[in-house]
This record gives sequence, structure tokens and C-alpha cells, in this order.
Amino acid sequence: MTETPFPNNAYAIELRNVDIFYGNFRAVKDINLQIEPRKITAIIGPSGCGKSTVIRCFNRMNDLVPSAHLNGEILFHGKNIYDPDVDPVQVRRLIGMVFQKPNPFPKSIYENIAWGARVNGYRGNMDDLVEQSLRQAALWDEVKDTLKKSALALSGGQQQRLCIARTLAVRPEIILMDEPCSALDPIATLKIEDLMRELSTQYTIIIVTHNMQQAARASDFTAFFTMDTDRAGIMVEYGPTSQIFTRPKDKRTEDYITGRFG
Amino acid sequence: MEQEMFRPTQQTQAISPFDVHASSALIANLRKRPRWGERFIQGFLFFCGAVSILTTLGIVFELGKESLLFFQTPEVNLIEFLTGTKWQPTIGEFGVLPLVNATLMTTLVAMLVALPLGLAAAIYLSEYASPKARGFLKPILEILAGIPTVVYGYFALTFMTPLLRTILGSETVQIYNTFSAGLVMGIMILPLVCSMSEDALNAVPRALREAAYGMGATKLETALQVVVPAALSGIIAAFILAISRAVGETMIVALAAGSGPNFTFNPFKAAETMTGYIARISGGDVGYDTPDYNSIFAIGLLLFTITLALNILSRKLSARFREVYE
Repeated sequence: MTETPFPNNAYAIELRNVDIFYGNFRAVKDINLQIEPRKITAIIGPSGCGKSTVIRCFNRMNDLVPSAHLNGEILFHGKNIYDPDVDPVQVRRLIGMVFQKPNPFPKSIYENIAWGARVNGYRGNMDDLVEQSLRQAALWDEVKDTLKKSALALSGGQQQRLCIARTLAVRPEIILMDEPCSALDPIATLKIEDLMRELSTQYTIIIVTHNMQQAARASDFTAFFTMDTDRAGIMVEYGPTSQIFTRPKDKRTEDYITGRFG
Repeated sequence: MEQEMFRPTQQTQAISPFDVHASSALIANLRKRPRWGERFIQGFLFFCGAVSILTTLGIVFELGKESLLFFQTPEVNLIEFLTGTKWQPTIGEFGVLPLVNATLMTTLVAMLVALPLGLAAAIYLSEYASPKARGFLKPILEILAGIPTVVYGYFALTFMTPLLRTILGSETVQIYNTFSAGLVMGIMILPLVCSMSEDALNAVPRALREAAYGMGATKLETALQVVVPAALSGIIAAFILAISRAVGETMIVALAAGSGPNFTFNPFKAAETMTGYIARISGGDVGYDTPDYNSIFAIGLLLFTITLALNILSRKLSARFREVYE
């Protein structure tokens, strides 16, 4: 895990003074966060601190909630993805997402992967893409003989790796993972963590997790969020994971990671 | 079913297994209780369920009995009944196909209206409409479902038919015709298709939509390729129920489709449907216990069989297309 300070150029994605509202309620306030390319960044914090809200703003998933809106800027390749001339569909193609509960489509394993590629206009050899994506997600050996079977016949951990494979098939730059292991057993969880490590050589990964050991084990950088007095989520501290977990600068971070949080 | 609940009492926690006296008190407490109130309610609920089943059995029995009378008439035989293309009881022609054909034609026209429009409206309401638009449109659709069919019948006769005659010419379109009746029947059934399909679409978990959006799918791709297939079993059930409803609809066709059996494939000509015929004959101008009169039971039985077959088909199809989701 690198201890290098953040370089000032070329962030994968960057939040600048971001506030997110649901109706009149400010769910998170004044977030400034720079995500390093091809690293794993974990967002940790207690329930209700806005972790999921924040990760969902990276690919404009919050747009699907009618009352949600956002102030501030999210810069991706120097462009604010919330500018009115940006198509959220294209944003989501480049910034993929894996969800809390495995949510494969009720289609075959093959179709689960091919579908996303197809709606994104993939013209190449679909069989190759399916195999490659499944291999990348470390699932190929387990499912290569049952590609035509329903994805729902897989175990929870396999389903989640299928969801990762399906995201990879669209060839995003950034993969968002919203508590991807919360519905999985420890062994399946470790498999996903190994996979994340593998994928971080090519992709930028942002993961929300409730599990502090997971953040400590699997991430390069950690952002600690908590709830402010007005119930809005705020980012308390952000830095290399080893520093956050061994030498936190803020008392609140220290309390949380040592389990003293109320 | 007796499901006696074990209620932990204060004693359960306090006593040790070696306290014989307290144990026997606890065991006494475990004794089954009669619970007459529960039994009464259970019996009543069973009775309510049984009423509908018994009614159905009664109908089948009555239809069967009267149909038997009809088929015992010398000039009638089953093969001729099912394959004959002429229905003229006065001269002893009992071929049911003209009536069946008219029913199928009105149903087909109705389905061509109700299925695509109903499904499209359901997709709009469930995937596109803002909560405000939805709150406004749903009640309107429900009003459409609440209009009495006799009103629809006159709507077909006095509005739709003249309209068709203006557009297509009065020499093409007869005053009574199956097309107009079918169109209006489609409008009548549309809310049913829409609301059942919408329920099915709404039941598709949000997580599936998010998965699709998260991969860069557009709203339309998500709706048509993810949500609709996931809801397909419910949508098919809605379609089949709509067909059953159209096959059985009486008032609109009795008023607007025509009142004379006519074996034609031209939807702009008058033709009497099975239900229309039953309504007319039971209305009274035919003597009781004549073959004409008894024939309506045979036709009723045939209708019953058709709708039953559709219901069975519906179950088979929904099971076949079921895309199970969690």
C-alpha cells in the first residue's frame, strides 16, 4: 500500500464542494475528494453518514431519485459530469456500478454479460467478450459449462462476481462498489477482495463498506465519513489507508476505527 | 389446522428442571386449549371459499344437464354442432361456427386495441410517469373501467359505427358490425390490461432497473429489455384474462355487432356472437324446451370451456415464461 502523497494531476475523478440534497434535506455537505486512478478507495463511516449517497453521485445514479439534486462539481477528465450537456447514460457506461445485493438479471449467465455490451453497441465477438469478462471476474472456471443456465441458480458470491463481470464487459474506467460483500459469507467476501486487488491494476475502484477490516485489508486509500450535528454527512478525513488506520489525524476517525463510536 | 402456540410464561425462566412441582404446573400450562372462536372463524372462511367452488360446480352441472337435452334432440349431433357453418334453428341447422367466428373476430379486434395500448400505458405509468402524472392518470383509467358495458354498447352503436361509416364509407360498413363492437370492447378492456400489467411491472425489484441503468442502458432499453421480460408472467396473465373477458362480453356485442348468425370474415358486416345469441334467445321470443332454447346451454358450455381452456393456458404460459427474480 502506497504512502505517496496525492499527485496534483490526473485524478480519476474528483468531487469539488459537493452537497447532495433529497428535497430540502441536505444528505451530505461540502465533500472534496480526489480519487486516485487505478487504486482502491474505500469510503467508510457509520450508517446514515451518506456513503451510499456519495458513491451514487459518481455515476449520476442519484438522478433516478426524483427529489435528489446536487450542488458542486464532479470532475471526470476535467469535465463536470453534472453539466447540463452531459448524458448520464454515457457517464454510467464509463463509470460502472456493483450493488449491495447481487442483482443479476433473470436471464442466462451469458445474457447477463452480453446484454450490457449489446446496449452499448459492442460489435465484436460476443463469445470472446463473455469469456474474457468472466475470466477477469474469476468466475469462468465455475460457470463455463453452464453459460445458458439462469444466473439466479448461482450462489450469492458467484452472482456478485457475475455482476462484476457484467460491469467489466461494458469496459468502464471506474467501478463503483456499494457494499458489494454485505450479503456474502466470509469466503465469498475474500474472493471479491482478491478480485478487486486484481482489477485495480486496470481499473479505478471506489468501494463503500461497513466492514472496517475490509477497508483496511483491501483498499489503498480510505475516506472516513460521519454525520454532522445537522444529520448531514461530512467527510472527516481522507488519506492512505495505512495512515487512516494507524495514525488517524482526527479524533472522530480514531474513535470510529477503534470501535469507540457510539 | 391446529397451531397451538407455546407461550413462555414467567415460570419458564425461573424454574430449574429439577423443581418437580413447578414443572408439572408448566406442563399443565402446555395443555391444548379449545379456542372455539378460532375454529368458528376458520369454518366461516372455509365456507366462503366453498361457496364459489360450489357455485361453479352448480353452473357446470346445470349447463351440462341442459346441453344434454339439446344434444338428445334428433336433428342435432355433436360433430355437426362443432363443425357446421350454418346456424338456422328454424330449419334444423345447428352449426355453431358462425357464432364462434363472430366471437373470435370481436375478440381479435378488441385485443388488437387493448393489448398494445394497455401494455404501452402500463409501461408509461410504471417507468416514465412522474408521481404527479401517475396520480392524475390512474383514476381516469379506473373511471374507464367503471363505465357500464351497456353505455359502451351504445357508444359503439351511435358513435363508433357512424365514425367508421364516415371514414370508410357507408357501403362498406354495415350499421351492425363486429369491428365497431370489437374496437369499443378493446377500449373497455384496456384499463384491465393496463392496471394488471402495471402491477406486474411495479413488482419488478428496483435493483434490476438500477443494474441496467448502472451499465449505461437507456430508459427504454431498461423498460423493454429488463423490466418487461421480468414481469412477463404477470403481463401474460393480464392478456389472457383480457381475452377471457372479451370472449365473455355480452352487452356491447349484443347491441353493436348484430343479431343474426352470419358466417363471415368481413369485420364490417353484422354477425352475432355466442354471447349475443344467448342474450337474444334468453330474452324471450323462443319457446321454452325447444331445441333453439336448449341450444343456448350448449353454447354456454362451449363458452365456459373456451374460457377455462384460456385460464389453463394462462397458467401454463406464465409458468413457462416466468423469469424468477429475488
